[in-house]
This record gives sequence, structure tokens and C-alpha cells, in this order.
Amino acid sequence: MRLEKRNESSALVLIAAPFAAVAFTLSVAALLVLWAGAPVGRTYSLLLQGGFGSVFAWSETLTRATPLILSGLAATVAFKARLFNIGAEGQLYAGALAAIAVGGLHGGTGLEWSPWILFPLMIVAAALAGAALLLGPALMKQKLGVDEVVTTLLFNFIVLLFVGAMLDGPMKDPTAMGWPQSVALNGELELGKLIEGTRVHSGLLFAAFLAVAMWALFRFTTLGFRIRAVGANARAAAFAGIPVTGTVVMVALLSGGLAGVAGAIEVAGRTGYVTLDMSPGYGYSGIVIAMLAGLHPIGVLLASIFVAGVLVGADSMSRAIGVPTYIADVIVATSLLSVLVATLLTQYRVRWK
Amino acid sequence: MTEPAPVLRIRNISKRFGELLANDAISLTLDSGEVLALLGENGAGKSTLMSILFGHYVADAGDIEVFGKPLPPGNPRIALNAGIGMVHQHFTLADNLSVLDNIVLGSEPLWQPFSNRRAARTKLLDVAHRFGLPVDPDARVGTLSVGERQRVEILKALYRGARILILDEPTAVLTPQESESLFATLAQMVAQGLSIIFISHKLGEVLRVSDRVAVLRAGKLVAEAATKGVTQAQLAQWMVGHGVDAAERQPTRVRGGSVCALERVSTARRGREYLRDVSLALHAGEIVAIAGVSGNGQAALANLLCGTLSAEHGSVTLLDAPLPAEPDRLVQLGVARVPEDRHAVGVVGDLPVWENALSERLSSPAFSRGGWIRGTAARAHAQTIVKRFDVRGGGLTTAARSLSGGNMQKLILGRALTPPAGAVAAKLIVAHQPTWGLDIGAVAFVQQQLVAARDAGAAVLLISDDLDEVMALGDRIAVMHAGALTEALPAEQWTRETIGLAMAGSHAASTPGAERAA
Repeated sequence: MRLEKRNESSALVLIAAPFAAVAFTLSVAALLVLWAGAPVGRTYSLLLQGGFGSVFAWSETLTRATPLILSGLAATVAFKARLFNIGAEGQLYAGALAAIAVGGLHGGTGLEWSPWILFPLMIVAAALAGAALLLGPALMKQKLGVDEVVTTLLFNFIVLLFVGAMLDGPMKDPTAMGWPQSVALNGELELGKLIEGTRVHSGLLFAAFLAVAMWALFRFTTLGFRIRAVGANARAAAFAGIPVTGTVVMVALLSGGLAGVAGAIEVAGRTGYVTLDMSPGYGYSGIVIAMLAGLHPIGVLLASIFVAGVLVGADSMSRAIGVPTYIADVIVATSLLSVLVATLLTQYRVRWK
Repeated sequence: MTEPAPVLRIRNISKRFGELLANDAISLTLDSGEVLALLGENGAGKSTLMSILFGHYVADAGDIEVFGKPLPPGNPRIALNAGIGMVHQHFTLADNLSVLDNIVLGSEPLWQPFSNRRAARTKLLDVAHRFGLPVDPDARVGTLSVGERQRVEILKALYRGARILILDEPTAVLTPQESESLFATLAQMVAQGLSIIFISHKLGEVLRVSDRVAVLRAGKLVAEAATKGVTQAQLAQWMVGHGVDAAERQPTRVRGGSVCALERVSTARRGREYLRDVSLALHAGEIVAIAGVSGNGQAALANLLCGTLSAEHGSVTLLDAPLPAEPDRLVQLGVARVPEDRHAVGVVGDLPVWENALSERLSSPAFSRGGWIRGTAARAHAQTIVKRFDVRGGGLTTAARSLSGGNMQKLILGRALTPPAGAVAAKLIVAHQPTWGLDIGAVAFVQQQLVAARDAGAAVLLISDDLDEVMALGDRIAVMHAGALTEALPAEQWTRETIGLAMAGSHAASTPGAERAA
């Protein structure tokens, strides 16, 4: 068996590949459902209903999708430039912490600033915190050849320990009866709800706007051009006069910044404070979403809603039937692997012999 | 050569890749003790045919017989065992191992705990002696010259019992003198009963070494003849399908002032690939051609003038100001650059043609404003380049990767030589191996463009390891060896022999012309 490069990949094949991958994933997961002794059809229909079957289901899915869109965009811009940022999880927590530092500590204690100043300040602080975390690995990659996958991954553990220390120390909520939880965000800084009585908040619109903005960045701007050129062939980009290190640093700031903003939006839109379990791996899921989307910003919107729907749907399905919610993690993880294979097959064909 | 049974018989081999019929019912025979030259342009199907013979590809139709026995398809090991040996153009040797280790590598089973080095050494020396290929088994391959490395490659094939030897463009990396010594070796091997397939697109050497010649064009065998009795013109016509005018030297008419000057320039050392005390002046309206075996500092010289390498010592000036080591500044100042490796450096393969046409001038006000790309203007400019330089094989939105080598080179050349409105025309052209691997038509086009740019007043630096090209185009010629450059002398003061000697680093040849011209 060997792989032969295809001359051309048609647009249809490129669009069909992720859907084929999802279909394949669902059929693999069906085997596990059978193994758990549950009827496949009913399980999937419950999952679908739980994720998309009602206004409430949609509201929960979109709430879950909001941070996923932002972390998916963070991975997309980084991967486009071949800066493999695996540290979005840590950058997200750093952003959340920065948001509380601006909007929780000061906002709550004496600094009587208008929310019109404080809110943008909070977002910028979160973006800077995330960006700062990725700046070091990006510079080490460009200047010293240090593998950014290793450095960004390890930073996640450092950041989580730091968050733990802060939640037990300077940012500890004195009213939380000993729970490791930060002080609450100033209520004036919380994001408005889009639908009364649900949790879906205006952060969704902000995330969707950023997705469109990134699409325009890639398509119409010189920076977007530089990012794509550096990612596709850094040597040729350098020969053409594109500053490779400068572009990678710019990408690091964008990617880390987006992950940081994801943390701030979670705090301002959903939780109201920082805990050590506020993110069930949103940063890592962002990688899956970016790959599912084929590194297309608009695709990130769709992929986020798909992944969020699966996660939310699995929760409600497992309450009704004896299949554990872990099936959602299996589906998400398998879909990443199948998308990678499907992408490979759009570029190569398999020859048996 | 009329031997009774052919050692190799290829019958009706066809191979199709998608739309492309790479081999179309090709039949060939190779007799014992014969040198068969396989001639054809790039893409004519030579490599495909040899890959099928060697088991890398499986033919769609046809069969192969070696020494009267059918050869099962698709297995390189069986081909090796049947006595077929291949010497690739790009050597497959490990630099850090000795000659003996390189030759033994892969010829012993993996599970054999100890290699039998003494027997291997005896066998190697015996083979070397028999075929007249002297070699030091303990020398590290990294310390050998290119010609010696090729000898090791040939020995590797002979050591494994090859009786049919395929040489893929063997002279591409050799100096003229090294080529001569290779030809002598070939004669000796043939005398020992070996049969040789010699792949080349250089007509002169094909006539010199082969007994018979087979010409491929667009996947078909178009001609087969005894070498005695054919002429270069005849071969060229078979290769391209129509008559070809031999490139005629058109010497420069007006030599202008100095455009770019290197003054005792040295760069950081990386093997032989560096500059050592190099001085050179490039004048408007003149082509300076740099000859030399590649890997002797040509890349350093090209990178220096393309803005991707800085000098450690010495000065480089462009139009009387220090040359900035920034590609985009150089482009603005009128330096047109054609890099050696068009796939890896010249274009970003995944991006479309129009974006590649734009990439060097992204920050030019003609194509961007406030960080936004002026798409319409950029596409119009790309269209101009595509039209003027006849870039075929796709539209503006086709990925550059899918262009053929010739069209890709036309795109790169067009991008370099087509300034947008308001930018200066090319003043200095740095062309590194601009015709390498192109078909004859594209070669002629590229060379004409360089001559035309010179006639329009540009200074041209042409770096090439094709001696014919150097001699056909250069108004002045200099030779590189191990980082050092000879004086650039008028082309008339050089001969093929003196250039060859200088390429090999012979000291007597470094200061040739002066006495000769006197």
C-alpha cells in the first residue's frame, strides 16, 4: 500500500471531507453505544435533541460554543502560520485571571470607573495576558529552534498551578466558605443575555464578529497574506521579503490574545468568577475545531456549534439512557482523527500494490 | 555491437499518471557490452521508464526481460538481484560513514549480528581493481570530492553484482575533467562486459560515450539509431520535434557604469559553501557569468545579492550605497532575483499564481494601502506578467505548485522583471541556475529574457553550472572554486579547458587569460 499525490483536489471534495469524517466518526461511536447495551438510533436521536432539539437546547449549545469559537480561532490563526500553539488552555485561564484582576478586584474595591472604560480594559488585559504567554514560546521557536508544541503544552501546567495559587491567595473569595474560587466580577461588567431565562450571552455575537474579522484578515489584508505565506513556505516567504519572525510574533499575539479573550468572555458571560474547573478543556477542543474547520474562520463557527452540540447533547442523553457522557469526548476525539485522515485523502490517493 | 542475445529487453511499456501518458508503448533492448544513451527533455518519460525498470513504479502494460528471464514488476530488491544497478543524480551516501560502510550498508541482512568487514573489504578492493576505480575504503565520504563520491556510488552498484548499470545524468555535477575520467571508466566497464544505460540531455557527451542512442519525446520512443552517423542537430530535432537554432553568442554592445561591486567579501563558512575574499564588479549592459561546480560558494554569492545573507568582511555596494540585506529593499531598488530552487524558495506552492506574482511587492503602494491588499490592481499586474511571459498551465487562481517547472520559472522571472507603475526598472539581475531542469523551449525563453534585459541596460549576474550556458551568454566569465572567485575576464580569453581547470581549483588556471591574451 502506498500514497500517491493527487494532482488536483476539487472544491467539492475539500468541502465534503469534514462531513464524511463526521459520518465515519458517528458510525465508530455507534459501536461503543452498542457495547454499552443501548439502542443506537435512540441514543443518537436523544443526543441530537439534547443539543439542537429545542430553544433551550440551542441556547445551551450556543453558550458552550462561545468559548470554543474563540479558542478555535486562536488555534486557526496560529496553525495557519505553522505555529503549533497547544497552550490555548493556559492562555484562556490567564485571560480569565486578568479579567478578574481588572474587573473583580478593582471594580469591587474602590476604583469607581465607568464600565465603559473598565470593560474594554478588562478585554485588553485578558488579551495581553494570553498573548504574553505565547510570546516567549514563539520567540524561542524563531530564535533558538525550540519546539513550540513542547513549550506551549508545558506552560498549561504552570498556568494552572499559578491559577490555583491565586485562588488560594490574593484572589481568594472570602465569602466562598473555603472553596478555591476567585472574587466575583463586578456585576456591571457582566455580559447581557441574548434570550431571557437562558445562559446564552452577547459574547456569542462578539465571537462570531471576530470569526468574520479573521476571515477578512486572511483574505484582504497584507498581514493575512504574510501569515498564509509564512505558514505555507517560510523559506520562500523570507526570500520574497516577508519578515518571518515578525509575522510569527504577530500571530502569537493574535492567537494568545484570542485565547485570553475566551477566558474573559467566559467569566463575564457565564461564570462570574474563576475556578479551576471553569474550562472543561476548551483550549484543547479549539485545536479539534480548527482542524475540523480546515483552518477556515467561518468553518470554525460551524465546527464549534457541532462540538458544543455533541457535548451538550451527550449530557442530556446520558440522563435518559445508560450511556456515559464520555461518549461525547470519544466523538470529538475520533472526529479529529478522521478529519486528519480525510484531509490526507483529499491530497493523496491510496494505491494497493 | 552485434551480440546475439540482449541483456535487457523492454517490451511495450506504458504508464499513465492521470491525464498524462508518461510512457507510451516503449520497446527497447540493451545488448551486452553496450552503452545505450537515453536522451530526452525533462518530462519526456526517461525517469518514469527507469523507475519502472528499477521497480519503483509498476507499468500499466508491457513486460521486461533481464538476461532472458522475465522481471517481476514493482520490487527494487528483485531488480537489484537480477543485476540492475542505478546511480542516481543525487547521491544516496551517508557523509559521516566510511566508503566501506556506505557500500556494505544495506547489502547485509539486518539480523546478522556482526558484519564481515574483512571479506567485504577484500571484495570491494577486488571490484575496484577490476573496473579501474581506485578508492580508499576507509576515507570518510564527507571528505571526498563530488567525482569521488560518484565513484563510490558506482562501486556500490558493482559491489552488489550489477551487470546493467543505469547512470542518471551522471555529468551534471562534474567538472569537464571529472567527466572525462568518468567516460574512461565507462569504457573500462564496458570492456569487462557490463552494459550501460546513460541518461542525459547533453548532446555532445551522448555522441562521445554511447554506441546507440534512443530518444524519448512526450512519452514515446521517437528515434533509435547507432550513434555513429547521427549529428547533434539531428538529435536535437528528435528531442524537441522541430529544428533548433543553436544559441548564438550575442556579445554586449554598450557596457555602462558599475551597478554593483563586491570588495574582498567573505561570508560565514559552511563547508565549501561560503565566500572567501571575493571581489567582483557588475556593470550595466553586461552579463557576468559565474561557472563552477555547484556547492563551491555560488549559493552564498546569490544569497548575498538577494538579501538573504550578510557579509562578514568586505563591502558590497549597490549604486554606490551599501547593499541592504533586506529582500524587500533590494526589490524596491531594482534588483531582480531568480533563486536556484524555484519550488522551495521561488514560489509559495500552495498560494495561487496571482499571490505569488504579488509576494515580492506586497508593501508597494501600487498593491496595498493601509494594510489592505488592492486585489484588483494586484490581479491585473499578475495578468500582465502571465501574458508577457507566457505563463501557461492554469489561471491566476491556480496553485503555483501545479505549474510545470518552465512555467513556474517564467512566473518568477516575470515577477522580477515587471516593475509595477512607479517602481524602478530592473538594474541588477541575479539569476542562479535559471534554466536548470527546464525543457529546451523554456531554456531559450529564459536566456532571451536575460539578454533582452541586458540590452535594456541592466547588469546581469548569471550563476550556472552548465558550461555551455556560461559560454553562450557570458560577456565576462569568472569561475568559483571552494569559495574563491577568479578574476572576471572577457569570454574570449577563456577556453573550455581553462574554465575546467579553474573549476577544479587548479592554481595555474586561476590567472589564465592575461598571458594567453597577450
